[in-house]
Amino acid sequence: MSVLVFVEGAGGEIKKSSLEAVGYASALAKKINTQAVALVIGNYSDDQISSLGKFGASKVLSCKNDKLSQPLPMPYASAIAEAAKKENADTIILSRSSVVDAIASRLALKLGAGIVTNVVDLPDLSSGFKVKKSIYTGKAFAFYDLTSAKKVITISKNAYSAVEGSGSATVEAFDPQLSDSDFKVQIKETQKATGDVLLTEADIVVSGGRGLKGPENWNLVIDLAKALGAATGCSKPVSDLDWRPHHEHVGQTGVKVSPNLYIALGISGAIQHLAGVNSSKVIVVVNKDPEAPFFKAADYGIVGDVFEVVPKLIEAAKALK
Amino acid sequence: MKILVCISNVPDTTSKISFTDNNTKLNTSGIQYIIGPYDEYALSRAIELKEAAGGTVTVLNVGEADTEPTIRKALAIGADDAIRINAFPKDAFYVASQIAAVVKSENYDLILMGRESIDYNSGLVHGIVGELLGIPSVSPVMKLDIEGGKAIMSREIEGGKEIVEAQLPLVAGCQEPIAEWKIPNMRGIMSARTKPLKVVEPTDVADNVKLLNYELPAPKGACKMIDASTPEKLFDLLKNEAKVL
Repeated sequence: MSVLVFVEGAGGEIKKSSLEAVGYASALAKKINTQAVALVIGNYSDDQISSLGKFGASKVLSCKNDKLSQPLPMPYASAIAEAAKKENADTIILSRSSVVDAIASRLALKLGAGIVTNVVDLPDLSSGFKVKKSIYTGKAFAFYDLTSAKKVITISKNAYSAVEGSGSATVEAFDPQLSDSDFKVQIKETQKATGDVLLTEADIVVSGGRGLKGPENWNLVIDLAKALGAATGCSKPVSDLDWRPHHEHVGQTGVKVSPNLYIALGISGAIQHLAGVNSSKVIVVVNKDPEAPFFKAADYGIVGDVFEVVPKLIEAAKALK
Repeated sequence: MKILVCISNVPDTTSKISFTDNNTKLNTSGIQYIIGPYDEYALSRAIELKEAAGGTVTVLNVGEADTEPTIRKALAIGADDAIRINAFPKDAFYVASQIAAVVKSENYDLILMGRESIDYNSGLVHGIVGELLGIPSVSPVMKLDIEGGKAIMSREIEGGKEIVEAQLPLVAGCQEPIAEWKIPNMRGIMSARTKPLKVVEPTDVADNVKLLNYELPAPKGACKMIDASTPEKLFDLLKNEAKVL
């Protein structure tokens, strides 16, 4: 018996959210007196692979099959299911992402496992296998008991802190059997934004809204983000107006983020926007309208004109270094 | 082309969420139910595809009789007919199993739905339906065109997108901006009343997760205001008080 954790990367680096998942899997494994095995798919350096031991994995399965160079849900689900069987894993942990939804659903079915997504805490094992899941886009939680022998859990980003320790892991090559039927979807082209901090992975997000008045003023958002090492986001009207690309749209129907710090500039805080950010640890709002609903959801607020306040914030942020 | 659009019946995004019966039931008083927003994008795209190349659009909902106003709205937007699987949607596996059972007897070319429902946010139904039927599934899909029996799609990935291609039949979990949001017109609303709505009894599905109870997040403290003339004080607070810098 073991706990298996799937490790995902982006741009040649292992994602922070995957390290959180390794930490979570390790903590769960300790609770049930077993070991956490990490499965990493992709061409990562030996250092990156063995570093998973520092986050709590006892063993790492490293899969460098070229056919899996792109995160396609069908072959990935097959590969993870094979690893789970090989390692006799009862519980499989994944960190939630757009790709992981599609992988986890197929994986659960392949293993005959119960599945709960968006889990925000370690399971309570005092009676059964009780997990806490975020529902209604962060407005509530639900508790589930996973009654099946095999279990698949996807955890929310920032639900568990990745703490680097001094552990080490044995590394083993893993090459799953893949069938042609796993490749019914083909990737023709990948278009990636380059040079930016990945929005969904960022510790700090700086977002702008219609208060910025136009795309020509976006340097205020970008410069503050750069000074803080943050990712940039925007509200829905801003992406609808094509001031910013859709993948920066934060909100109910856009990207949901849960950074340590979310800074909203000139965003009034429509409920659909709040739904995308309400699991952020700390929210800062800058808006000239003191009645903006966002202030009710914020931890810190500045009532003022973004064109006067933000340049001062940029200077102060630069001075932090 | 024969298109099935699976819709969820969910509380309006502006709903205040609370629970009753010792936190075991959603308090539905004052809640207005809508088509899941992601599902509505899927429905809009299905109608655009039908208008461009012909075919039929059927909407499906797993829900008890009280979901019929939501289904009628989907018919008013432009779906041709509807199926309601007469069951409370217990979880993603249960819902997906009901959808797959219907699809097995009907052979749709394209099965569209939202990337996730906005109540339980699980994001699993499309993948499970695909796996149960042994057909591809792609999500989250931001653009979808059909060319020569193939679906050409743009899928969102973290920090970018991918252009992917798959043979039909196919399941797609959709999100904006896949289609123009459609508002039902008077003609659509009138015709929706007479469009066929078939009620199907559910198939048995074994449980492997059990919902126990709900909880609300701890209430948020008051927002601490910082004077606009000295905004730099914000960083002291973020560093020393909130400890996020």
